[in-house]
Amino acid sequence: MGKRRGFLLAATALAALVQTAQAADKLTIGFMTTLSGPGAVIGVELRDGMLIAMDHLNKKVGGLPTSVIVEDDQQKPDVARQLVNKFQKSDRIDVAAGFSFSNLMLAVYGPLTQAGTVTISSNPGPSQIAGKECSPYFFSTSWQGDSWAEAMGAYLQKKGVQNIYLIAPNYAAGKDVLTGFKRFYKGSVAGEVYTPLSQLDFSAELAQIRATNPSAVFAFFPGGLGIQFVKQYSQAGLKDKFTLYTSYTIDNTTLPAIGEDAVGLINTTFWNAGADNPVTKKFVADFQAKFGRPPAEYAAQAYDTIMLLDSAVKAVNGKIEDKPAFLAAIRKADFKSVRGAFRFNSNGFPIQDYFQGRVVKGEDGKPTIRIEDIALKDHGDAYASECGLK
Amino acid sequence: MDRTKVLAMLTVLGLALVPVAAWAFDEPFWIDLFARVAIFAIAALSLDLILGFAGLVSFGHAIYMGLGAYTVGILSYHGITAGLVHFPAAIVVSALAALMIGAISLRTSGVFFIMITLAFGQMGYFLAISINAYGGDDGLSINRQSDFGSLLRLDDLHVFYYLVIVILAALLWLGFRLVNSRFGLLLQAIRFNERRMNALGFPTFRYKLAAFVISGAVCGLAGALLANLTLFVSPSLMHWFRSGELLVMVIAGGMATLVGPVLGAIIYLMLEHVLAGLTVHWPAVLGAILLLIVLFGKQGLAGILLARKKVKEAKPHG
Amino acid sequence: MSAGTVLLVEQSLNGLQFGIMLFLMAAGLTLVFGVMNVVNLAHGSLYMVGAYLCASVFAASGSFLLGVSTGIAGATLVGILFEVTVFRRIYDGDHLDHVLATFGLTLICNEVVRMIWGPTALFAAVPQGLAGQVQLMPGLSYPAYRLAIIVVGLMVAGLLYVLVNRTRLGMVIRASASNRTMAAALGVNDVVLYTIVFGLGAALAGLSGLMAAPVFAVTPGMGDNVLILSFVVVVIGGIGSVRGAFLAALLIGFVDTFGRAFLRPLLASLFAGNVADNAAPAMASLLIYALMAVVLFFRPQGLFPPRTR
Repeated sequence: MGKRRGFLLAATALAALVQTAQAADKLTIGFMTTLSGPGAVIGVELRDGMLIAMDHLNKKVGGLPTSVIVEDDQQKPDVARQLVNKFQKSDRIDVAAGFSFSNLMLAVYGPLTQAGTVTISSNPGPSQIAGKECSPYFFSTSWQGDSWAEAMGAYLQKKGVQNIYLIAPNYAAGKDVLTGFKRFYKGSVAGEVYTPLSQLDFSAELAQIRATNPSAVFAFFPGGLGIQFVKQYSQAGLKDKFTLYTSYTIDNTTLPAIGEDAVGLINTTFWNAGADNPVTKKFVADFQAKFGRPPAEYAAQAYDTIMLLDSAVKAVNGKIEDKPAFLAAIRKADFKSVRGAFRFNSNGFPIQDYFQGRVVKGEDGKPTIRIEDIALKDHGDAYASECGLK
Repeated sequence: MDRTKVLAMLTVLGLALVPVAAWAFDEPFWIDLFARVAIFAIAALSLDLILGFAGLVSFGHAIYMGLGAYTVGILSYHGITAGLVHFPAAIVVSALAALMIGAISLRTSGVFFIMITLAFGQMGYFLAISINAYGGDDGLSINRQSDFGSLLRLDDLHVFYYLVIVILAALLWLGFRLVNSRFGLLLQAIRFNERRMNALGFPTFRYKLAAFVISGAVCGLAGALLANLTLFVSPSLMHWFRSGELLVMVIAGGMATLVGPVLGAIIYLMLEHVLAGLTVHWPAVLGAILLLIVLFGKQGLAGILLARKKVKEAKPHG
Repeated sequence: MSAGTVLLVEQSLNGLQFGIMLFLMAAGLTLVFGVMNVVNLAHGSLYMVGAYLCASVFAASGSFLLGVSTGIAGATLVGILFEVTVFRRIYDGDHLDHVLATFGLTLICNEVVRMIWGPTALFAAVPQGLAGQVQLMPGLSYPAYRLAIIVVGLMVAGLLYVLVNRTRLGMVIRASASNRTMAAALGVNDVVLYTIVFGLGAALAGLSGLMAAPVFAVTPGMGDNVLILSFVVVVIGGIGSVRGAFLAALLIGFVDTFGRAFLRPLLASLFAGNVADNAAPAMASLLIYALMAVVLFFRPQGLFPPRTR
């Protein structure tokens, strides 16, 4: 079912006027994201972050009139696959960007990279892509999927927590996250449970946790799943019994819906909306002004995707047909990122710091995330060594 | 030659001309789109055999498409790429599944048959989700198309497209022969009055089961083709919504005409494509059309295009 | 109290709560099925309408009771609208007509909801008074909201029992479910009766949906999967039997919950590696449909068919 949620961002009339021979006269970006169902919590944030970047660039990425074709993958791998086919053959995109969930990313990764389509993930970073199946056409302005959990594992290892219960949805990223967690956490595991990706009622699993009586729980539930899990965890009275540690679960998209139930939770992240960084400050202010809410990590990642592209298109003077030069320019990552300095690892994933934070009651009484400490510094993923690229 | 067959030939001819149009208008995407249409046409055709001619409302037909596709996916996953293994295996697997499901389901009738086929469809769906080795919920990517050597290179979209069209044409021809054979006539007689056929000494159960298995096998073939087109299989192939869509294609095109389901697949998928370009709320338009078909135009497109008399004959009692 | 007992009790309550929600869905479905002989795939849409109306009215007004009444009233009205505009025209058709027409209705409803509320999910809140836990036994505090679902569901089931078995309307419903033509011949006004039965079913579906809203996410199409489970309940219980739907709903609720909770340890003891972790949840779903197929095969009339037949 190819649901189309497309809209053009650039004046195509303008594009028709500026027809020059050598350099490309326009840039077409296929932006795939999840805009329906519980996963849309993440997908909408990605889209909105991209829109802020397009505003900042006056809809010209690297000086080229740019159209961004936004499509809804409905969080279904087969739909994602069809959309990529349409992107490549019907829309004839220059760059594919966005992407919400790791399993969708994996479904479209082959067709994109094999056809030599420049692909920038604004969110998922499955281990397969970071390691053996890495591609020179693929970049990420987010993170490799294990990373936040590795940071949490490192934090809990340092803290000396034992007997922890692990729970995550049963899909590509769920497995990466728990693998990453256990890479740095060496203590005992009280239980390890995967739930179906579409499951939103966790009553049976919460009862099992209560019966297992662990000392703490580590959970990964992205987007709408996280909202339901954390609320139900609190409603079942588990929050005060077993401290809940999360990765990719608590952020500015899910926090308003979870509310009080999130206070006291520990999380990890790579970016802090309150950071003293001019790019972040401008991004956060404009995002707040346009959408009336503070941005989450996803928006920042998508913002960086467009800014990275902007720097690369500029560097090749708009000649994006020269693929090797274009790819090399992207790899340089010579742009102003929301995280300050930005550099790529050999596999096209960033090397960056990861923080540990806590949900506290803010000055206005609403829950907010307070960054407490650096958990992992200058951290690259464990898979880069398996990737043959330099 | 009767008008149904003329319409069938025109339809196949039209489909065969799609690559030419795609080339003329520089729209290579059309070939992908119509390859998909033709594959679903095969699946809808298979459903028409039991729905239109035997009156069996299978509400879980997508399972055979899924099984055919997964057979190709799983064999490829294990490094078996030969097309001469893929396709026969897909057909055999879905035929066996149809044999098993049919043997159980056909002991029920009416609404119970609808429900039990739905149950089996859902079982297939959840089975695919539960088997993690083959991707589970995430689906399974296939590295390359089924390998038939250099004679038939399925990775060439034009070659693949015409293969699908040839298969569709062959199945239509076989279908016409089948429904007019003794077997086909018996099936239709069973639909009109099963008790009488039983009393006359015909093993009606066996006839229905045979039709069910043939239908499943053909649908499995469609699944194998779909796997080759998308190079990706996922549990959603077997979701009950898919089975509903197949029913819609058959009805919209015209039941018990064989060519109707082909037209139905074209209408359904083209409407989806065109409407999706106009509005994000295209399923609502589709739903409205569906309602109108049920309320006002049961004979389907083929029924409108063909003589109305023919359709009256095909209408079931009760 | 041992931890094992507590777990067993808690999982039973979870199963009961899920079963109750399914029952409310299935009760309407089985009545419509039994009395009008109609397969109604659009029943899931009424569940969705109830959930959306309640969640948004509650969020806007702050009054849960107002949300609940809007949800039930809205679902009932939409149900009656369905009956008057579509179902009346297809009662005489075959089951295939019903499947197609109601499939179409479902598509339309999902899109209308998407137009009004947008494609993203709503996350309904639990009313303040029910946000905590209730201490049921030592070591077991159960979420108050889920307990409320159980209590309300049981009360509605009781009322429904009285309605069907002890009132004149119930008698007419039973008579029509048993033999429609005969009931009509004896002077039962089926036009009014059908509308009433349909409205009643819609109200129950709306109630089920609005109670489920905080447990699941409120999304377009949220009713579709519950719908299929409700069909399983109706078929296992016996078409037209409210009592059957009640028992079958509890059965399915327990199979689903216990499958999710205990299949994994069971599989883990049988297979090596993480087969169990991955397969167990989906296996539990599979189990439900296998159960339905077995019942249909051996007892097509269902486990608890209507007694009047």
